[in-house]
Amino acid sequence: MATKTKKGIQFPLSKAEYKEQASKYRPKRNVLQNTFRAFWVGGTICLLGQIITNIYINFFGFSEQDAGNPTVATLILISVILTGLGVYDNIGQYAGAGSAVPVTGFANSIASAAIEHRSEGYVLGVGGNMFKLAGSVIVFGTVAAFVFGALRTILNMLWAG
Amino acid sequence: MEYVIAFVVGGLICVVGQLLLDVGKFTPAHVMSTLVVVGVILDFFGVYDPFIDFAGAGATVPIVSFGHSLYHGAMQEASQDGLIGVITGIFEVTSAGISAAIVFGFFASLVFRPKG
Repeated sequence: MATKTKKGIQFPLSKAEYKEQASKYRPKRNVLQNTFRAFWVGGTICLLGQIITNIYINFFGFSEQDAGNPTVATLILISVILTGLGVYDNIGQYAGAGSAVPVTGFANSIASAAIEHRSEGYVLGVGGNMFKLAGSVIVFGTVAAFVFGALRTILNMLWAG
Repeated sequence: MEYVIAFVVGGLICVVGQLLLDVGKFTPAHVMSTLVVVGVILDFFGVYDPFIDFAGAGATVPIVSFGHSLYHGAMQEASQDGLIGVITGIFEVTSAGISAAIVFGFFASLVFRPKG
């Protein structure tokens, strides 16, 4: 902004000078505070997951291995409801990665995209945009699982043969 | 005790994500994609299952375990059908998560209005 000219600044600015000037006006990221918030919110979500897992094990007779799937589904349901009520986005503002990294963040990205694009119709809006954010997670996860799965299978074949 | 471990381990994984955001200047989509691929690689080296035994929900709730489940499904089928099983099995274990997210997400779009 030319109007913000202050004494001692020569125009035109070199790249380094520009960076120096611009960094003064960029909002500072408080890494320590963000990290702390991510830690306790993310930890709390995992703690909640552990409680749900134990409920499934103790009251519904799931084995420790099988309890994982209903736990994830329950967390997703909670996350979708909170997203619909507009609560999860507030949590996300506060916690950053603390609410994005758990599986609830994955569900939030799907639900919020679906709700947001509803005005464009169910097929093009909801259906077409649901995976706008979550799609990259599924694509890269699937491709990586295929590459490493195929690699392991071939290695196993060579080992056995 | 398992609650404490789940809290601390899950929190630490989120800290890694936050550091990627703040220090690594990743976008949230890049962070999540990276963590999923990391999950696949950790499971490839057989590290993730012992980690789940140790940390419980601290290891299964973060998105990293999504990669672990994708790889697990692929290998489960591959042990029976060979290379084709890698393709047919990928979504076997993650089905619960993906189906739940699609179904609940769709119903949410019927019920809720966009906020803000």
